[in-house]
Amino acid sequence: MSLSINDVYKVARLARLGMTEQEAQTAHAQLLNIFGLIAEMQAVDTTGIAPMSHAQDITQRLRADVVTEHNQRELFQAAAPQIKKGLYLVPQVIE
Amino acid sequence: MLNSSLLQLGAALRSKKISSVELTQLYLHRIAALNSKLNAYITINEEMSLVQARAADVQLAQSEAHALTGIPIAQKDIFCAMGWRTTCGSKMLSNFVAPYDAHVIEQFNRVGAVNLGKTNMDEFAMGSSNETSYFGSVKNPWNPNAVPGGSSGGSAAAVSARLCAAATGTDTGGSIRQPAALCGISGLKPTYGVVSRYGMIAFASSLDQAGPMARSAEDLALLLNVMAGFDERDSTSLPRETENYARDLNKPLNGLRIGLPKEFFAAGLSADVAQAIEASIAEYKKLGASVVDISLPNSRLSIPVYYVLAPAEASSNLSRYDGVRYGYRAPEYTNLADMYEKSRAQGFGEEVKRRIMIGTYVLSHGYYDAYYLQAQKIRRLIAQDFVEAFKQCDVIMGPTTPTTAFNLGEKNDDPVQMYLSDIYTIAVNLAGLPGMSIPAGFSGNGLPVGLQIIGNYFDEARMLNVAHQYQQVTDWHTRTPQHIEV
Repeated sequence: MSLSINDVYKVARLARLGMTEQEAQTAHAQLLNIFGLIAEMQAVDTTGIAPMSHAQDITQRLRADVVTEHNQRELFQAAAPQIKKGLYLVPQVIE
Repeated sequence: MLNSSLLQLGAALRSKKISSVELTQLYLHRIAALNSKLNAYITINEEMSLVQARAADVQLAQSEAHALTGIPIAQKDIFCAMGWRTTCGSKMLSNFVAPYDAHVIEQFNRVGAVNLGKTNMDEFAMGSSNETSYFGSVKNPWNPNAVPGGSSGGSAAAVSARLCAAATGTDTGGSIRQPAALCGISGLKPTYGVVSRYGMIAFASSLDQAGPMARSAEDLALLLNVMAGFDERDSTSLPRETENYARDLNKPLNGLRIGLPKEFFAAGLSADVAQAIEASIAEYKKLGASVVDISLPNSRLSIPVYYVLAPAEASSNLSRYDGVRYGYRAPEYTNLADMYEKSRAQGFGEEVKRRIMIGTYVLSHGYYDAYYLQAQKIRRLIAQDFVEAFKQCDVIMGPTTPTTAFNLGEKNDDPVQMYLSDIYTIAVNLAGLPGMSIPAGFSGNGLPVGLQIIGNYFDEARMLNVAHQYQQVTDWHTRTPQHIEV
């Protein structure tokens, strides 16, 4: 495991988490410890073992192609930080 | 009234000894008096609770009552409840009022139970001490300097201090069982897929499962009867026949085979927990059970596997908090990316950010196979250990936690030490099995010890039987914290 401070910045950017230099340094030290804990897993031979995501190994259900939800835009947008005429407002992205 | 079982409360309500409004007010008054000490609730809404209580009294008068009609239940603040502030213990959702009900909430509403309030929890259920809550840590009713456990610490403390008749919790790596153990109450995490995750704010979707927290196994059975059930809105919900989880409570335990995994009694287990667990096993032998030594050789890998899978799923689930559609938005930003980064940096706490970082890293290009896929493969090995074990025994028993409640602040600076406190509970989530914790004695310093009972898939009724029979011959589950007037 060789996680560098630059990796920390890269991951923070991928995760869209703003991070100060000091926060990145603390995170770096803690992540190294945590990956030390995780490292034990790497030595296990898992050849031929199928990955498991659900204990019952179910498959996704299909549903009929019919409308089940009705429009509740006003109710749902009541929780939005900023809306205008039924639209979510964000900073301008196209110049 | 405060020490009555749910069956007794239901009988008192139906015979008009007390009304639901009176019972709800009794708890609301206790909460008003004691919550400042314990911080078990994040949100109380007397008016909304009393509206439900009045409706329940009408239902009771018309004798259309269900076993839980009119009974005040505390809801973990991870469940969306329409019109209720639902924070998940986070600044990110500190002013989020849920526009719909979780399936669990719908189920309680359907039978006329009263939502008494929303309980405190670790932020986004990530924590084992309740110290990651944006709303401050919960105090353990048995010792205000100790943690209540987490993440369902508010629910556990509320049940323990008689600030509700019963409560709900969720368990991703032990978040029902560990706080139940540390607060001296009973808690059950059902088989994955038995309770719908719809409207339950997602942490690690392949592990998250809701369950009841209460004072006794009998109460848990009544609550699970309401919470369980197929729901098409959760793609992992299992279509199954409706069960009465209380059906086997009174069966004798003659012939019960209890598996004791040697890994759960090895180094790291504190002496007073070991002593209490051994005493409870001895009690089970008196009830007619026999003991089988078993091994779960891959269980030692459950913590590393969990700390890959859970953060990976969390980093994906928590990407929805972008400051656009709901939740916290930073007051100042220069452009869209800056708005995302500042909103998330300011809206999430340290532990949540840590897990998002771990998850993002293990899912990033070039690392997926080495981490996520490898962890999913070892997950199967861990589950197979249980399959082998259940060929030799009916239930598995051991300690829920390696120690009794630790002190507030004790493990805060060292995430790895905090993670290790879930060493006995995590494998159960990885396997998708049902697990529970029941009170099994006290340590020398007066803190509760929890006995963990792990069952085979869909064996909740048997586990509740096993727990109930123990609670017929012991009184650990009836003890009340000495610091709390009842």
